[in-house]
Amino acid sequence: MDQHQERVCLQGHIIDSLMLAKVLDLIVMMGGTFDLEDVHIGKTREEPSRARIVIRATSYSLLNDILKAIQPHGALVEGEADCRSDRAPADGLLPDDFYATTHLPTQIRLNGRWLDVDRIEMDLAIVVDEQGLAARAVPMGEVGRGDRVIVGRAGVRVIPLQRPQERDVFGFMESHVSSERPHGHVIADIAARMRRLRAQYQQEQPGSKVLLAGGPAIIHAGGREALTWLIEQGFIQVLFCGNALAAHDMEADLYGTSLGYGLTAGRAVPHGHEHHLRTINRIRTIGSIQAAVTSGVITQGIMAACVRQEVSVVIAGTIRDDGPLPGVITDSVEAQSAMRAMIPGVGLALLVASTLHAIATGNLLPATIPTVCVDVNPSVPTKLADRGSFQAVGLVMDAASFLTELARVLGRQA
Amino acid sequence: MSRLLVCPPDFFGIEYEINPWMRLSNRVDHERAVSQWRTLMEIFDQNLGVVLERMPPIPGLPDLVFTANAGLVVGRTAVVSHFRHPERQREEAHVERWFRRQGYDVMTVQTGLHFEGAGDLLGLSDTWFGGYRQRSDIGVYPILSEHFHREIIPLELIDNRFYHLDTCFCPLSGGELLYFPEAFDRYGRQAIAERIPDQLRFAVPEAEALTFACNAVCVGKHVVLPAGCPTTQTWLRARGYASHTAQLDEFMKSGGSAKCLTLALD
Repeated sequence: MDQHQERVCLQGHIIDSLMLAKVLDLIVMMGGTFDLEDVHIGKTREEPSRARIVIRATSYSLLNDILKAIQPHGALVEGEADCRSDRAPADGLLPDDFYATTHLPTQIRLNGRWLDVDRIEMDLAIVVDEQGLAARAVPMGEVGRGDRVIVGRAGVRVIPLQRPQERDVFGFMESHVSSERPHGHVIADIAARMRRLRAQYQQEQPGSKVLLAGGPAIIHAGGREALTWLIEQGFIQVLFCGNALAAHDMEADLYGTSLGYGLTAGRAVPHGHEHHLRTINRIRTIGSIQAAVTSGVITQGIMAACVRQEVSVVIAGTIRDDGPLPGVITDSVEAQSAMRAMIPGVGLALLVASTLHAIATGNLLPATIPTVCVDVNPSVPTKLADRGSFQAVGLVMDAASFLTELARVLGRQA
Repeated sequence: MSRLLVCPPDFFGIEYEINPWMRLSNRVDHERAVSQWRTLMEIFDQNLGVVLERMPPIPGLPDLVFTANAGLVVGRTAVVSHFRHPERQREEAHVERWFRRQGYDVMTVQTGLHFEGAGDLLGLSDTWFGGYRQRSDIGVYPILSEHFHREIIPLELIDNRFYHLDTCFCPLSGGELLYFPEAFDRYGRQAIAERIPDQLRFAVPEAEALTFACNAVCVGKHVVLPAGCPTTQTWLRARGYASHTAQLDEFMKSGGSAKCLTLALD
């Protein structure tokens, strides 16, 4: 986060004297931005007016320069205290009164300076290094005995999202879930962003990865080819899924079925229900999905494309899994950590057709990452928003239709 | 009847440099200064019938003669100044004692904030204007505004030759204003224009502004100003004011003129 801010108060006859205008002009002229809070305008000429101004700047020194420039005009910095910290009593235990994070950009005040909290994510604690120079959001389970953990609310501030420059569907950063809304422009905006991010990724710019978290419905519903194409074209850099998506993707390659249904014939195939088990067994025999692809056993599909394009894949297991496939992380805390490790660098998240993976991923994403939740069931994007990922744009539609249309807009020939 | 606080220039001189006018090398002709001051007093006393209250001069306080900066008097309350420069802070205790002896309710502004009295705070009908940035801090105006229930429009002084508001801004009794617009930024000029209509404002030409035409004292329909400001005098005449000039160049060596040498008591 490249945002430094301070709140100042200006009072007196600041309207007619144009003092407020002067201070705001100074802030903007120097390259800062501001939000006006609590403006109280005197009702009579004698009555003073009052304004609280939040000033933001892209660097600490610019913020200081702005403050220095506006203080002679009566702008007073509001007093703020440093944050407080306490030692973690044991591994995996937080001190009482620990500060629980939101997924919004957060800063803590240490020795009079505001410090960005790295790796922000909802529902974590904040740990400060011993030198007091860096702060990081840390899950409860990863806190070590003696870690310096922020407690209380003093000296912690959460920065509301800035409206992004782009005037696309992500511009409002608030979930609207409706099956009645047209999808075309939303998909066009997602495609435009993906095209831009791919170009940035190729230039190795930060925050340019696209993450897709998907469920097996992508395969069942017929979205496999479109997703494979998106991966092959370099539009996706990180994939989160479960055992089922990987298994049915490779089942489709080996048997032409998904959960026993012929993908082209569109009907159940005799003994088709065994296909995914036989697929899993085959891959387990080979030892890894990677080896199955490089040895030529698996030639087509999502997993093959991921191996060839070197997409980072995290496969998280669940209690109903068959097998599971080699590489599936069956310890859910371990799986969560593996997913968390993939978040830095992500600039767009697509959560497609999986309640479990959509919410798990939503929990890991900072609010600053544009997020799309696609599900045929409106309750999924709603649930995601209810759990705090308010930045997610909800799209109520079938996974295959979404991916096919997205790939088409991005240039795939039908 | 008007009353003005003055202080004889017995110990007036240039002993330090705290504004661009002051040069230690530019020695004051003491006799001449005393004579100029006496002539000015005669104008007030004999021509205008003003009552002059004399504050005793003190050796080592050469600028005590500029009583406009001593404080601000509103009714029976005297707000004692807190000068920006330590050289003049030595005047504060003396001024405070004088006001107390005269029976004023003495008010001081909060420590840490500078306020240079009627040098920086001037009234025009219901509105007061407060100069800041050079000498007074803007932070004193909300305090004074609340205390006296007056609107105070702060005006930034952007030219250090016009370091007090009374060097470039002079409200007259009929609602007119003499001022030097270039001493203010565009916000200040606009704020002034919104309060005082065009026809009541006289933008003093630069040469006369530098002669301190705006450092004038208005008593009813009389205006006392330094010599050498003919354009300003013509405008004053046209507005029905009688102008009285005084040669005050010895005091200009310190950056002060007619208004700086007086403080309105009533």
